[in-house]
Order: sequence, then structure tokens, then C-alpha cells
Amino acid sequence: MTYEGKAWVFGDDVDTDQIIPARYLNTPELSLLAPHCLEDLDPEFAGAVRPGDLLVAGRNFGCGSSREHAPGVLKTLGVAAVVAESFARIFYRNSFNLGLPLIECQEARKRVERGERLRVDLKTGRLTNVSKGESYTFKPLPKFMMELIEAGGLSALLRAGGWTRAWGSEA
Amino acid sequence: MKKAASRAMTMAEKILARHARRKELEPGELILAEVDLTMANDITAPLAIRAFREAGGKRVLRPERISLVMDHFTPNKDIPSAEQVRESREFAREQDIRLYFETDGIAHALLPEKALVGPGQLVLGADSHTCTYGALGAFASGVGSTDIAAAWITGMAWLRVPGSIKLQYKGKPAPWVTAKDMILNTIADLGVEGANYMALEFHGEALERISMEARFTMANMVIEAGAKAGIFHVDRITLDYLQGDGPGPWEIISADPDALYSDVREYDTSRMSPVVAVPHSPANVRPVEELHKVEIQQVVIGSCTNGRMEDLRVAARVLAGRKVASHTRLLVIPATRSTYAQALREGLVQVFLEAGAVVCPPSCGPCLGGHLGILAKGERCVSTTNRNFLGRMGHPESEIYLASPAVAAASAVAGKIAHPREILS
Repeated sequence: MTYEGKAWVFGDDVDTDQIIPARYLNTPELSLLAPHCLEDLDPEFAGAVRPGDLLVAGRNFGCGSSREHAPGVLKTLGVAAVVAESFARIFYRNSFNLGLPLIECQEARKRVERGERLRVDLKTGRLTNVSKGESYTFKPLPKFMMELIEAGGLSALLRAGGWTRAWGSEA
Repeated sequence: MKKAASRAMTMAEKILARHARRKELEPGELILAEVDLTMANDITAPLAIRAFREAGGKRVLRPERISLVMDHFTPNKDIPSAEQVRESREFAREQDIRLYFETDGIAHALLPEKALVGPGQLVLGADSHTCTYGALGAFASGVGSTDIAAAWITGMAWLRVPGSIKLQYKGKPAPWVTAKDMILNTIADLGVEGANYMALEFHGEALERISMEARFTMANMVIEAGAKAGIFHVDRITLDYLQGDGPGPWEIISADPDALYSDVREYDTSRMSPVVAVPHSPANVRPVEELHKVEIQQVVIGSCTNGRMEDLRVAARVLAGRKVASHTRLLVIPATRSTYAQALREGLVQVFLEAGAVVCPPSCGPCLGGHLGILAKGERCVSTTNRNFLGRMGHPESEIYLASPAVAAASAVAGKIAHPREILS
């Protein structure tokens, strides 16, 4: 599973109120919400991001509320993956449940600049900065997270056979 | 041959082990666990309903284990939010879900009040402040809408077993130091991600003296340090609160004395002072005294953090016979209908109105910038809520200062951030 796209760089503690402000959450329609993604932080982002682009951020990305709309709008905008130093836990599970891969990588934040081209290989745990001609490593995803990504999210996984497919006899 | 003793476990590990039908488990393991109760609200239920259909769901497995609490934008502020509530209401009817609540109050005050949550349970809610129920000795955690849909269909959820941090509170809290001040001080110490992926376990003599309401305030905010759950051990105060109520039977779980913790932190509550979390992070905590020049335009007393009787009583004590400063608005939002009714019986609503406050219907309201008190550009608000993130209560250039009900009420009278001592003297 590889992804290639342009980098959008953000800082630490990007919370879900910034990813998608609650004032818009009177609708669950992600296509209506997507234009407001990250607007208080970077008003250009939602209009300029292209399918396949990647987010690179600092620590604690996605902290705050449990709103699944946050990874939902990123996915709707076509964001292929989020690379951060660390993720808040509810955002972490929500992203994988929706089939949006998250990558914990310390180096990316320090090295990657806005607009640079990145290539991610989930299986090998390698993040290539095509623009700078260098690469960084990250810990490959746990097996269950990989299964969620391969299935296209938890709903798809359940539809395809429930927990047993991923959990065997435990389910 | 000597049988190996089973591994000593923390409260979080024990509760999760029971729900995963395991004798023991270790931090970091991924488990599939049976969920006792789920909750979704008017913002997260519509997404869960979509995920339910997408996953091929036809009927929920156990409707009696599902609660739907419409609390964020209710009473509905506009047509789209009314549609979200209608969709949720119709789903409840279709699936025979009886635990559907609308305008009854904020979930995290309402479900304990209705005795729907209790010790030893695994409760998951599509709302990050679901951790509140940990005050009752439950493992309660915020998850997403798809997790909730999966639990509706299968009764189960995937979880990573968290490590635990033990928090020890000692001493007699200093004057005007409330549960809110204790938890804000704790978040300042841990940092906003200091407990990410971890469970916090609350201990210590200082907590033996505080009410269930105060414990709800503390458990409510563990997510602001990133925690997955915040669990109080069950004592006489918990049992008195639960007495004669609810579906039980609850299972009282205690940590093993030799359980392993990732970290142990000690706090001396006699040396704490009333504090305020300044923009834009709940960990940006400062003593009230340092902020006495900060002028404010709005004060909010309410929310799942501080909208219970004890909170309203202390606010009324500060406000009795006084007036809210000119050019300052005070919003009081009882967390549930029964809290509102009790406040009315005790004469507190009268005190608030005479002071110049507006008393709003139970709702999350302004806490997340939904409705009932949105801030304009440059406005500042002292709020008893739990988050002061950029733009959360309105304009991106507005500011939220988090404080206890006592400090909030004092600030409303002063028109600037104030210590209750200054107002009462």
C-alpha cells in the first residue's frame, strides 16, 4: 500500500475543533463539512488540497472531541494519510475505523516542508521525501490496523464477515 | 508444583479483562470486549446510523444496552440540527431503543442520574467526555461513531489495553480549591497528551472527602490530558449515590495492591490554589490572582463538567445579593431537567435571575460553540466547561478561560477574572 502526494505541514495539538469546527456540525454530510476543514488554522487548505496529498504534523494531532467527522472530512478531501509525531487516541481509532492510515514518524515533522512531494509505503514503514531525496522510517502498523486499512474501514470489515475475519475464535 | 500467581492488575486492566472474558491481560494488547452500554448524541448518532447501514446492520443486537442522548444543539437551534435529531429519534423508534432522551439534559450528567451507569461496567460513548462515568468505578471511554455502530450490531468493540497512571491526592484542599481546580492542576502537570492512550486511576485521602458530583468533574476532564479513561475506586460515597437505584447489579472492582503503574503522581491539595486555564489549552493553568486584570464579556456556568447541583449552589452562594457587572453576560445552564427543578426548589434560580443572569435550558450550548452564547471577535469568556480551544465558543479570535463555578461567579460580579474571596469579603 503506497501513497504519493504533496505535503501540508501543521504544528502541535491540532484539535478536532480546528479540523472541523463544531459550529458546522448541524449536518452529518461530510461533503458539506469538507470546505470548512482546518479553516481557522489555514483558510486556504480546504480549497487547495488535492486527492492524494498528505498531512504532516507535530504532537497530539486530533486531540479533543470524539467527532468522527474530523477524519471523515480529511478522507472526503482525498487526504491519503496523516503523518504526525503522535496522535490523540480517539482520532487514532476513528481514522483507522474509516480506513484513513495514520503514521507516527518523528523525523517527518522536522524535515518536511509545505508543498514537498512525499511517498509512503505502509508495508515497509518507509516515508520518502521525493523533493529532498531522503527517506524516513516509521514503525509498521499493527496487524489489525492494516486489516482495517485493507478492508476500507470497520464498517466494510464487518460487512465482509464481522469480527471473526480479523479476530478468529475470539469473536 | 507451584501454580503461577495471576498477574496483579489495575482497575482498568481488571474491568477490561472481565469484558474480554480473560483472566489477565497486559497493556498494549488489542482485545475485543463486550460493551455494557453505548451512548451517542445528536452530532455523533447520525454518523453512527450511516455506519450501521454501511456495515449491513438491520437490527441492533441488544436495544436495552443502547442510549441516545440529544444534548448538543437541543432544543434544536436550526433546521439541520432538527433533522439530525429527527433521524436519531426515528432510528430509536425503528430499533426499539428505549433509552432515547431529548431535552432531558446533558448525557454525562443524565446517565448517572438515571442510574444507567455503574461500577465495573464498560461504557463507550461517541462523545469524548464519556470518561465522566469513571467517577463511578466504570471503565468509560470516548470512541467514534463507527465504533458505536459496531457495538450496536455485535455488542463488541476493539480496544487497546491502556497502561495506568496512579494519581494520589493528599491533604485537605485549600480554601476555594474545588474539584475543578484539582483536575486543572493535574492536567497542567500531565500536559495535554501526558496521559495519551493511558487510564488514570484516582486515589488518595483528599478524594475520600469529595462528593460524587466533584468526582464527575474530575473524571470528566481526564480526556484533556489525552486519557482513555479516569477511574475512581468505589467507596461509601459511591455506594450511597447508587443506593437503591438502577438496573445493577454492579461489580465493584478494586486494583490489586501490587498492580503495576506506568507512573505515580502525588498532589498536595492543601497547597493548591484556585486556578484558571488560559487560552488555548486546558493545560495552560495559572493562579486566579495572576489574571485579575483580564476583562471579560461573558461567563458560562454549566456543562457536563460543572452543571450539577453542587456547582449551582456554590455559584449562588457567591452571587446572592450581588449583581453581574455591566457589559458582562452570565449564562447559567443546569445540566439536566431535574437539576433545573432542584435549583428552582432551592431558590437558586431566583438568586441567579436577581443577579442579572439568564438561566438556559439544559444543553451543551455554548461549550462547543453550538448555540446559547456564541462569542464575537475579541470577546473573552470565563467558563466552567472543559475546553478552551481556539474558536471553540465562537469567533477564532475570541478567548475562553476555564475555571470553577466559584471563580466563574466571582468573575461575573467583577466583570473581570476574580477570586471569590475578593467578592465575598
